[in-house]
Amino acid sequence: MATIVVEVMLKPEILDPQGQAVAAALPRLGFTFAQAVRQGKRFEIEVEGTPTEAQLADIEKAAETLLSNPVIETYVVKVEA
Amino acid sequence: MRIGVVTFPGSLDDSSALRAIRLAGGTPVPLFHASDDLKEVEAVVLPGGFSYGDYLRCGAISRFAPIMSSIIIAAEHGFPVLGICNGFQILCESHLLPGALTRNQGLHFVCTDQPLIVENNSTPWTSGYSKGDRLVIPIKNGEGSFQASAQTLAELESEGRVVLRYADKNPNGSKNDIAGITNARGNVVGVMPHPEQAIESLTGPSEDGLTFFTSVLQSMVGR
Amino acid sequence: MALDTVANATAHPEVVQPWRELGLKEDEYARIKEILGRRPTASELAMYSVMWSEHCSYKSSKVHLKQFGEKAPHSDALLVGIGENAGVVDIGQGYAVTFKIESHNHPSFVEPYQGAATGVGGIVRDILTMGARPIAVMDPLRFGPADAPDTRRVLPGIVAGVGGYGNCLGLPNIGGEVGFDATYAGNPLVNALCVGVMRHEDIKLATAHGTGNLVVLFGAKTGGDGIGGVSVLASETFASGKAAKRPSVQVGDPFAEKVLIECSLEIFAEDLVVGIQDLGGAGLSCATSELASAGSGGMSIQLEKVPLRDPSLSPEEILMSESQERMCAIIEPSKLSRFMKICKKWDVTATVIGEVTEGTRLEITFNGELIVDVPPRTVAHDGPVYNRPIAKPAYFDSLTPTSLPTVDSADAIKSELLKLISSPNIADKSWVTDQYDRYVQGNSVLAQPEDSGMVRIDENTNLGVAISTDANARWSYLDPYNGAKLALLESCRNIATSGAKPLAVTNCLNFGSPEDPGVMWQFAETVRGLADICLEMGLPVTGGNVSFYNQTGSVAILPTPVIGVVGVIQDVTTRTKMGIPSAGLQIFQLGNTADNFSGSEWAHLYGQMGDHAPTPDIAAEVRLINLLLEAQPLFESAHDLSDGGLAAALTEATLRNGVGATISLPGEFIPGGVAAALFAETPGRVLVTVDPANRAALEALAAKYEVSLHLLGVSGGDSLAINQAVIPLTELRTAHTETLPRLFG
Repeated sequence: MATIVVEVMLKPEILDPQGQAVAAALPRLGFTFAQAVRQGKRFEIEVEGTPTEAQLADIEKAAETLLSNPVIETYVVKVEA
Repeated sequence: MRIGVVTFPGSLDDSSALRAIRLAGGTPVPLFHASDDLKEVEAVVLPGGFSYGDYLRCGAISRFAPIMSSIIIAAEHGFPVLGICNGFQILCESHLLPGALTRNQGLHFVCTDQPLIVENNSTPWTSGYSKGDRLVIPIKNGEGSFQASAQTLAELESEGRVVLRYADKNPNGSKNDIAGITNARGNVVGVMPHPEQAIESLTGPSEDGLTFFTSVLQSMVGR
Repeated sequence: MALDTVANATAHPEVVQPWRELGLKEDEYARIKEILGRRPTASELAMYSVMWSEHCSYKSSKVHLKQFGEKAPHSDALLVGIGENAGVVDIGQGYAVTFKIESHNHPSFVEPYQGAATGVGGIVRDILTMGARPIAVMDPLRFGPADAPDTRRVLPGIVAGVGGYGNCLGLPNIGGEVGFDATYAGNPLVNALCVGVMRHEDIKLATAHGTGNLVVLFGAKTGGDGIGGVSVLASETFASGKAAKRPSVQVGDPFAEKVLIECSLEIFAEDLVVGIQDLGGAGLSCATSELASAGSGGMSIQLEKVPLRDPSLSPEEILMSESQERMCAIIEPSKLSRFMKICKKWDVTATVIGEVTEGTRLEITFNGELIVDVPPRTVAHDGPVYNRPIAKPAYFDSLTPTSLPTVDSADAIKSELLKLISSPNIADKSWVTDQYDRYVQGNSVLAQPEDSGMVRIDENTNLGVAISTDANARWSYLDPYNGAKLALLESCRNIATSGAKPLAVTNCLNFGSPEDPGVMWQFAETVRGLADICLEMGLPVTGGNVSFYNQTGSVAILPTPVIGVVGVIQDVTTRTKMGIPSAGLQIFQLGNTADNFSGSEWAHLYGQMGDHAPTPDIAAEVRLINLLLEAQPLFESAHDLSDGGLAAALTEATLRNGVGATISLPGEFIPGGVAAALFAETPGRVLVTVDPANRAALEALAAKYEVSLHLLGVSGGDSLAINQAVIPLTELRTAHTETLPRLFG
């Protein structure tokens, strides 16, 4: 059993009010480490055994057509054990 | 004139859209997402709501519904399509319209009577207005901020494809105060405000929205 | 751990059981053993512990609440009374309306968003389960001081949760309240009301009869949500200083509820169910025992058939789970296939989990082993009944009368008025209400900030219903018996001001701990007052909700009975709005002002409570309601006077459409002078505007109904002028609208 992780983030030029809200809230709680914050999504996909090349290609396609909206988002696919 | 209104799981303003078509003098035809049958309608409305709970992204799942494959083909042949709020989101996810609708800048859901300016009256949905008409129509959404690349925005503006613009106040951070746009061909229109909620003074802030529906009926008579 | 079966319980009576940890008292545990003739199994113990909790069994309130039945006025309009999921009243033309208000206070303090969201979800299901399409919601909310840090924690989450769930369901939010008081710090009140409409023949009840009929669970899958929520949260106070209790809170999925609504309505339209119940507090324990005890009495459930989201749940946890968006229906076998088809269309999970049986026992097996064998009535209805000790509280001995400034100069009028209308309780609430969709379904005729919410029921005849919720905790504190009456009158007056006739009542009674004799006295007096006035006015109480244990440590909240009234209007196009529409109208006050500031907002700003609530004059209020209904065609606008008195009403009425007013208040004529005229909250008063041509007709009607009429002034201009004080509307609007955004961002 393997877990494939797809992380989706808004493109840098797209307004991210949620990330901004988080960045504004941190110092109110006494945390001063953050220069900036952006918020994204993480999908954890369970597949049986080790993912094949074909499956990985399919996952890329799924990431591009469903899991992310390429107009405003970018994605990264990672395989975890 | 038969005008269809699609119900997706979670659509909410479908009944109001059907009523608006009826009040405008058309024949409202309910369509179901799971069927690709357009039932010989002459135009289609994708109504407001929270289809699929807005899960993943607003409109992201609805866009793959069987009915959408028929609508996409029809739209490519000049079929009039109006996307309202969630419907606009579905049209953008389907790439029938450019850009995307994202979370309101203020992060809150906003329901308010919004002043708007009509910028384009060449579409079948807006032909009954005059350019520069000032309307007051409800907006009610949490993800209404229109975002697009600089290039897309430049195209939309230079080609006159902005249909509605927010006046007095931008409620959600939409680029260029854009409240609604149309495609290059001018048959597919997406708007965030809800014209179907501004058709009777009894229940809405004005009757300014009814013209969306009378316009498309007029434009179909001409054909 | 081995399954604790009935056989095991019989064979091993000596097993020590965690009845105390589950919230039961020693005598209650003994009673269970007496009922069963043996010790309960772990599953049975779980069922009894949740169903006998305060929240589910009403054990402290039952003896008092029965007055609503005993003193029920005769009402032809009442189709379903107390005892069902919600009351149903006939509104004419073959339509019936069902409505109810409920609380979700403790969960909202723990997890504001989900607590509020699931509160909305729960009340909507109660309405749905009566066979109605839900058409509107309203939410009275009460918080600690507006500038307190914890209010900033809970308020935005609660408002977002109410909006997030209700908006996604497609239910317009057409009214409610937002109040702030130190008494609610640590105990916010989240009350949720829902209204639904159906045809008479569509009414459904929660009953299981017909041997061989199937028990079907449909909706969301069952997980570990809110296990022990009712018994642990709602039946105990929050101990001040201790770490917050955080059991698993229910998490709502409004999309699941939306498809459940559409699916259920199609099922109802085809008349496929014999009985139906929604799963709320106490989940399956409650649904099965209530359905069985309301029916012929016998039911058999195979618990392993319940579809699970979390396969690790034990049978006890399955029974106690409060996973949301689930319903339980009783179906004749011949109708099952059609039922399942409709569920499939909407992608709603549906599973047969049991059947109605001969006999009078509720038997639940898990993989063939019997783990529950109880008489269902003992679980659902024959819970313990307490007659808690009652004692009038000592605080009555230390109440002092108010001592407030006279307001006689233009500067004083202006500064006092601006101070009042910018204070959080009176300030504009758009920051909250703009987060709610008030338009969806296209039938909202009136919504906040109007006096009542109003919905069109029939597009052809224009038949409509109006709803209002009201409470005055300070008056209830000063005089709980009359406080209840005053709240009911307020709600009725709001309905009549909009042009509708009051028809029926629901209530949400928010109180401190019933183990405190003073609180119990407040509760008993409140119920007695509400029952008495409803009898006198011929308005049936159709149902409601009691929320006890709203206190931190030993300090109870002010008694806060929220009264909801539903009314009918034959033609919604004739409804009256509260905003002054145009210049040149004459402005009148109906009703007299008395010199009493006890419990008022203005006195509160000076840190004073006062010592005596007004005495309700029911006969006069009824005459006022009748005047409002008959004189309605004469009014250009009408606005009820309540919190903040005339000052608040004038502010709201002028700012609504930006039409000013010039008001003259002769100080020496009114007892208490200008201060009372502006800031007293005397009940039984309405602000109306009329065209001068209609003045004589209004005077004649006022005389007919013996309601005093005071000419206050004339509308027009861009200021609110009161005697010599002139407040530009721009300044008034800024003061009124900037408070909440400034506090909550």
